[in-house]
Amino acid sequence: MNSAEKQENLERQENQEKRAVIQVRNVSMLFNLNKERIDSLKEYVIKFLRRQLFFTEFWALSDVSFEVLQGEVFGILGLNGAGKSTLLKVIAGVYKPTRGRVLIEGAVAPLIELGAGFDLEFTARENVFMNGAMLGHSSKYMLERYQEIMDFADLWEFENVPLKNFSSGMVGRLGFAIATSVQPDILIADEILGVGDFKFQARCEDRIRNMIQNGTTVLLVSHSIETVKSMCSRALLMEKGRVAAYGDTEDICALYESR
Amino acid sequence: MRINKKWLLLFMILCGVCAALIWRYVPYSAIAEDPAAPGRGYIAKVLFLGASVSGVMLSALFLVLRRTVLLPYIETFSRYRFLLWQLIQRDFKSKYKRSVLGVLWTLLNPLLTMIVLTIVFSNLFRFDIPNFPVYLLSGQIVFGFFSEATNTSMVSVIAGGGMIKKVYIPKYILPLSRVLSSLVNLLLSLLAFLLVIWITRAPMYWTIVLLPIPLFYVFLFSLGVGMLLSAATVFFRDLSYLYGIVLTAWTYLTPIFYPATIIPENLRFILALNPLAHFIQYFRNVTLYGILPNLWQNIVCLSCGCVALLLGTYVFMRNQDQFILYI
Repeated sequence: MNSAEKQENLERQENQEKRAVIQVRNVSMLFNLNKERIDSLKEYVIKFLRRQLFFTEFWALSDVSFEVLQGEVFGILGLNGAGKSTLLKVIAGVYKPTRGRVLIEGAVAPLIELGAGFDLEFTARENVFMNGAMLGHSSKYMLERYQEIMDFADLWEFENVPLKNFSSGMVGRLGFAIATSVQPDILIADEILGVGDFKFQARCEDRIRNMIQNGTTVLLVSHSIETVKSMCSRALLMEKGRVAAYGDTEDICALYESR
Repeated sequence: MRINKKWLLLFMILCGVCAALIWRYVPYSAIAEDPAAPGRGYIAKVLFLGASVSGVMLSALFLVLRRTVLLPYIETFSRYRFLLWQLIQRDFKSKYKRSVLGVLWTLLNPLLTMIVLTIVFSNLFRFDIPNFPVYLLSGQIVFGFFSEATNTSMVSVIAGGGMIKKVYIPKYILPLSRVLSSLVNLLLSLLAFLLVIWITRAPMYWTIVLLPIPLFYVFLFSLGVGMLLSAATVFFRDLSYLYGIVLTAWTYLTPIFYPATIIPENLRFILALNPLAHFIQYFRNVTLYGILPNLWQNIVCLSCGCVALLLGTYVFMRNQDQFILYI
């Protein structure tokens, strides 16, 4: 047994001791891409009678399996349309997979699409509470965290201004501040390591680094090889909804670049 | 434990026996006097009886067999209570956002409609109904609640598409919040109702304290119908236009502004099969007439509510994972 193999074995043993906090088992996701959208009963009946009810089946994910261990920063790479975002949404519970299962241990903070439930007619304050409620926080929790959220977003002077008067950067800041106000067990991020101006982006990155240091498991989707290389310990390469490769970041990045 | 065919058969036989026993031994007087359809609608009665017994037993069976399955649902619900509250609040705020009188409209609306209808119907068509304004308003409040609750919850899932595409939330929260905010409206318009009773010097009976019971029944029914419609509308958007017409027809088939007696004897079964007629009758019994509703009325109203809720929940839960693909 040579030393390189030994090293590998040791690492593997180390990994086995850590718990897998995200287990994705044989997940497949089917979308029906209707050639034309059939929204109405009349259309449906007509199409049905003419036997034109064709659905184009599209497997956005097929048979995806992997595990993310506790405390690790895990990257998902892939070209546009490879199924990365769908995979994240399946893990976050937004989509229910057509086949397979996702097992998750711990509280998840999704940084996939910020600002769920934001209504432009309402003030920043009202929207913070709404968005917090959507993420499953209680009223007590939101009252406690409100101060901190507004501090981080640095939007106190616009507290009672309707969101429609905000710039898109400000809305993004607010969304980010709410989503990261928790110390989650698992953070799921889709390309948004920074919103707003460069100052705010730096603070976002700080915050995420802090989380990682405190033991948060991070699942990170990115096009950028640089980001994945600098942050992730292991990675997954997606290709047309399938797992093309899965392992050490270096190998995966090399493979991704070569394709 | 899965519910297999043997269990289901046993259960149906049990239901039949129970229905037969109730039919045989519950005093006829308690069952027969159905003010919504005196003397008629025998088949309707049997249907209702069967439905109520099977509804109650099905829920009991479900609770016993699936107790552990229900637990996570209860946990999720308690986790998202704050969201429910926020959604109700938002409904209210956005409804009255730009209006000067704000929430006062909830009170004014039924009052003004009632005044218009009273003028129309007490001068144009003469029905001999004592305390016509109260009679009218009671029907209008119940029907108005149902129509508002179902109409708003019908589009709730589509309107909430932006939310359910971004984060996971229990989907039933969307129609539930709409029905609950209609309920708040209903409670406010009850103030208008009491006001009208007071102004018209209509008699007040102690049975008015039973008012929460019919409201509970109609709430169950509206929630069930609302969930059913909200799930169906995601797949067929046309329903929202169609339903407006159905509601209009339903208004005329319900004795809101006319007495039930003007409907010919041989068509009364339509009233007996109309759940809203029963709810309104119950409501009027306790407020307008001071009659203590009998067992039969309770069975009918409860069975309508339970069956609608069970059906609505079933259809909604079966399809909720597909919603996001169609929005």
